[in-house]
Amino acid sequence: MIATIARTEFRRLFFSPLAWAILAVSQFVLALLFLVFTESFLTEIQPTYAGQPGAPGVTDAVGSPLFFWAAFIMLAIMPLLTMRLIADERQAGTLTLLVSAPISSAQIVLGKYLGLLGFIVVMIAMVMLMPLSLAAGTSLDWGKLAASALGLLLLLGSFGAAGLYLSSLTQQPLVAAVSSFGLLLFLVVLYISGSTQSSASELFVYISHYGHFLSFLQGVFDTSDLAYYLLFIATFLVLTIRRLDNDRLQR
Amino acid sequence: MTAKFLVEARHLYRRYGGAYAVNDISLTLRQGEVLGLLGPNGAGKSTTMRMLTGNLAPSAGEIHINGIDLLDQPRQAKRHLGYLPEQPPVYRDLRVDEYLGYCARLHGLKSGKAASAMADALERCALTDVRRRLIGNLSKGYQQRVGIAQAILHRPAAVILDEPTVGLDPIQIREIRGLIRELGREHAVILSTHILPEVQAVCDRVQMIHQGRTVFDDTLDGLENRHAEPVLVAAFEHPPAEAALLMITGVEAVEPLADGRFRIRHRDDTRSAAALAEAAAEGDWGLTELTPERATLEQIFVDLVHREPDSEAAA
Repeated sequence: MIATIARTEFRRLFFSPLAWAILAVSQFVLALLFLVFTESFLTEIQPTYAGQPGAPGVTDAVGSPLFFWAAFIMLAIMPLLTMRLIADERQAGTLTLLVSAPISSAQIVLGKYLGLLGFIVVMIAMVMLMPLSLAAGTSLDWGKLAASALGLLLLLGSFGAAGLYLSSLTQQPLVAAVSSFGLLLFLVVLYISGSTQSSASELFVYISHYGHFLSFLQGVFDTSDLAYYLLFIATFLVLTIRRLDNDRLQR
Repeated sequence: MTAKFLVEARHLYRRYGGAYAVNDISLTLRQGEVLGLLGPNGAGKSTTMRMLTGNLAPSAGEIHINGIDLLDQPRQAKRHLGYLPEQPPVYRDLRVDEYLGYCARLHGLKSGKAASAMADALERCALTDVRRRLIGNLSKGYQQRVGIAQAILHRPAAVILDEPTVGLDPIQIREIRGLIRELGREHAVILSTHILPEVQAVCDRVQMIHQGRTVFDDTLDGLENRHAEPVLVAAFEHPPAEAALLMITGVEAVEPLADGRFRIRHRDDTRSAAALAEAAAEGDWGLTELTPERATLEQIFVDLVHREPDSEAAA
């Protein structure tokens, strides 16, 4: 049942021009960035560090910054994807269809989330293609690339879960988009404020999802980072399920 | 079909803030029955239906669908329900067949069964020709039919339709009413409306709701007998004096209308129509029209709604 909902959600995303526009724009911007990073590697980094042991390789110079920027761009993009998930269905009255069907709120929420996750995987795969194209001409650090991709998946997964919850709170997709953008931006600011030298706060850095993402980019796979993301995602999914259950009780 | 009632709701209450939107409504529905839920706007019809379909939890009361408690076992009970809300719950970006296929899977139909159920629903709602079109491109009437197809797709025991003919043109309304009557043979149907002729056209039983309370609950036949007030409407080319009409046997009251027409109330058991015709022939009044006027549902409805609370208990 969850798979049924997930499949339909995934396909419906591609029925709207929005998904295609998002994929096209993000791919275009990231391709430009990819070009810039590759260029600077060839003209600056490679001649400078040639022959030195432990010098940054092409994966560090191109792959990691690409994923870092991808994460940044998705910060603005994910709210556009998540805003529709529940708010739109509420507005169009189609949520009734799901609520009246013999399925539980948990199945609805998980189905929708997995459908979104499918789209995220497509986006990451497309970003991934760019560093992969370098494999034709040079050798890549596969472990580091895989860690970056996993980190991006977890980060976007956490964006998605937060967006899904905020989408379940309202009827207006735009309100959902603005509020989830605000929340994500807030978490970034938390990281920045927590890691400035004058007011460093480990708690702020821990709460923000960026710190955990950065270690993935360095190729470090730390189970505490993984646990952070899984907890983050689970918390928002449970909140969403509760929210849908409470719809029935309203006031 | 083991349960005696397909839908059985007892003493439903629903409170919004301090006010009761639904205040002690009970309703029962047997197989093969079409129940009309009638009431002015804001009477609590939609709230009642949302509670019956598990979209809204009642503040108090119990609901059994095909013998299964909706509040204790919502998923099992919902299998036996088909629901069309006021706004048809259709995805505008899916094709009709994609949408119905999705609905079939949501109700757990296996693919073989789903295909036959879908073909059946498409045919009954006359959607076969548009099955490959995008729902968003269909007219309101067709979208409404897709909504109905969705509600009957999994062959539920009880079909609940909230204002199924709103926004349709007269031909579509007739088609949908025909469909509802047909549904009423196999399934049990509850429909809500504030259009009175609709109830007369399709329902076996009427339950009138006003301010969250049931003010009337009876079969349609019972309704007509109960409130029948024998009235004739007559029109004359050369209208006589009112006094002359009052002389006719059985006539109790005369109310002149425009253009030589009269509303004539008479005693129930007399042959007043014949007497009136004879009198008209003798007096050369030029009788052009003579029809018995039935008490319309509308009059009864207005009477009930405007009655004082203490007499509601009798209804």
